[in-house]
Amino acid sequence: MSEALLSVRDLCVDFTTYGRPLSVLKNVSLDVAARSQVALVGETGSGKTVTTKAIMGILRQPPASITAGRILYDGRDLLTMPKKERLALRGTAMAMVFQDPVRSLNPVFSIGDQMRTILKYADRRLGRRRTRTQRMDRVLEVLGQVRMREPERVARSYPVMLSGGMCQRVLIAMSLLSEPRLLIADEPGTALDVTTQAQILKLLKKLVQEQDLALLMITHNLGVVRETSNYVYVMHKGRVVEQGRTAELFAEPKEDYTRQLIAAVPRLTGGMSFGTSEASR
Amino acid sequence: MSGPMLRIENLTKTFPVRNAFGRISGEVTAVDNVSFSIEPGRVYGLAGESGSGKSTIARMIMGLTRPTAGEIFLDGLNITDAGSGRARRGKVQMVFQNPGSSLNARRTIGQSIAVPLEAHGHPRRDRARRIDELLEMVQLPAEFAERYPHELSGGQKQRVAIARALAMPPKLLVLDEPTSALDVSVQAKVIDLLVDLGGRLNLTFLFISHDLSLMRNFAQDVGVLYLGRMVEAGATAEVFEKPRHDYTKLLLASVPVMSAEEEAMRPALPLVDGELLTSDRLPAESNTSFERLE
Repeated sequence: MSEALLSVRDLCVDFTTYGRPLSVLKNVSLDVAARSQVALVGETGSGKTVTTKAIMGILRQPPASITAGRILYDGRDLLTMPKKERLALRGTAMAMVFQDPVRSLNPVFSIGDQMRTILKYADRRLGRRRTRTQRMDRVLEVLGQVRMREPERVARSYPVMLSGGMCQRVLIAMSLLSEPRLLIADEPGTALDVTTQAQILKLLKKLVQEQDLALLMITHNLGVVRETSNYVYVMHKGRVVEQGRTAELFAEPKEDYTRQLIAAVPRLTGGMSFGTSEASR
Repeated sequence: MSGPMLRIENLTKTFPVRNAFGRISGEVTAVDNVSFSIEPGRVYGLAGESGSGKSTIARMIMGLTRPTAGEIFLDGLNITDAGSGRARRGKVQMVFQNPGSSLNARRTIGQSIAVPLEAHGHPRRDRARRIDELLEMVQLPAEFAERYPHELSGGQKQRVAIARALAMPPKLLVLDEPTSALDVSVQAKVIDLLVDLGGRLNLTFLFISHDLSLMRNFAQDVGVLYLGRMVEAGATAEVFEKPRHDYTKLLLASVPVMSAEEEAMRPALPLVDGELLTSDRLPAESNTSFERLE
């Protein structure tokens, strides 16, 4: 497992509310190899978002505190490395795409402005130099990579002028600005219509292949897991309860929880009988 | 009672579009000449994405929005212009999408359920008993009547919303995305409950959703809305297995699925001029371009 680009080892996180500690993550371990597509699936409150926030270093402490465990990126522990080095990694080597595309963008700056600012500070952290025109070129380049037909027009636009799907693509473009090796996508497309979501997932899959990215997909939707990942971790109540190759896990889930979760998903082929299970009695 | 429980004929709703100064600068047609009917005891699914007009149709059925044109018949009675009051009493109720915001945070669950009882003049002495009965009906313990919404989970709140809608038993229950805010395991239980209640209380359902997999399993008939127009309608199994309209195909092709069998029944994404068809590229404006697509 020394191959892993990202490796979370026995991560424990507590939240302190009203003076009482609550254990939110219990010995969570997961690996994301370079160029792999991994999914982390779980229902509300399972700890999937806390896990990603801990990885990205954006977990608010307090109320949260990481009580044990290691998060290794490329073999180095993110939790013990100097703050400056960690900052240099965040948003550059490892980038994140958030769930709500419209609220993740600043409404009063144009898309181009926001992206150039992000690039400017990312460059500064990495000690790279770029002129203004070079920065603009890079912005237009990544907008093209996310299949925007007119990158110049999009760069001039403000978030309200774009559809939800386009805003989501802008967010993906932003995450690509500094050529990350790991992309963490937190429920991308969940806030969008199904047809738009399908496009976004297709785009992410293509980008991962084209750019040698590793993708960690956070989702509650098992259909999305099946279509975007090769390996999957199932989380429940702060623990990883089951993991395995996606196809195998869907074919033969071992844990009761996973089995129930898979059984609860309505199928396009129909055949689910409602009103007969224990729940209705 | 013979005849459909709900019949909608050529229903149209246009909204004025205002410019930055508040002047009316045009209009947008949210619902465009939609007709369908629901037979008693059946579950009718309205499928569509945001902006398709599905919630506007629900609001017109509930009398919360007045139609621009067309007619609505509930249990044989024309209620098009009846407002939200008397004509709909005891006949139609609605369960909304977000259980968190549809319950008053400052009222206990019991008080929330009592509101429709008060409004309909249910005898005061009997109210507490009726509240217990309703809670039991949605499989919540009686002591929940004393609790506040924030003490309940999303699924429990949605059960309370269902109990409240059933306080004065309706004939038609309009469900606007009733489970889209819930986890799948909770969703399955809420749908279970609805099917169970539907059988016991002889309810007819209008089920509005964007979740096609759920619709396939819950609704017997389905209508697909696209930009305010009903582009396809029929028995659910038939529409899903042999979709005719390109938009229906696009919707079905977009659903992330769980198994190879489902993959096999998903249509290939329709192509127009050699490019992938997406919903924003479907011709929107006129009937003629729709026909070109078909």
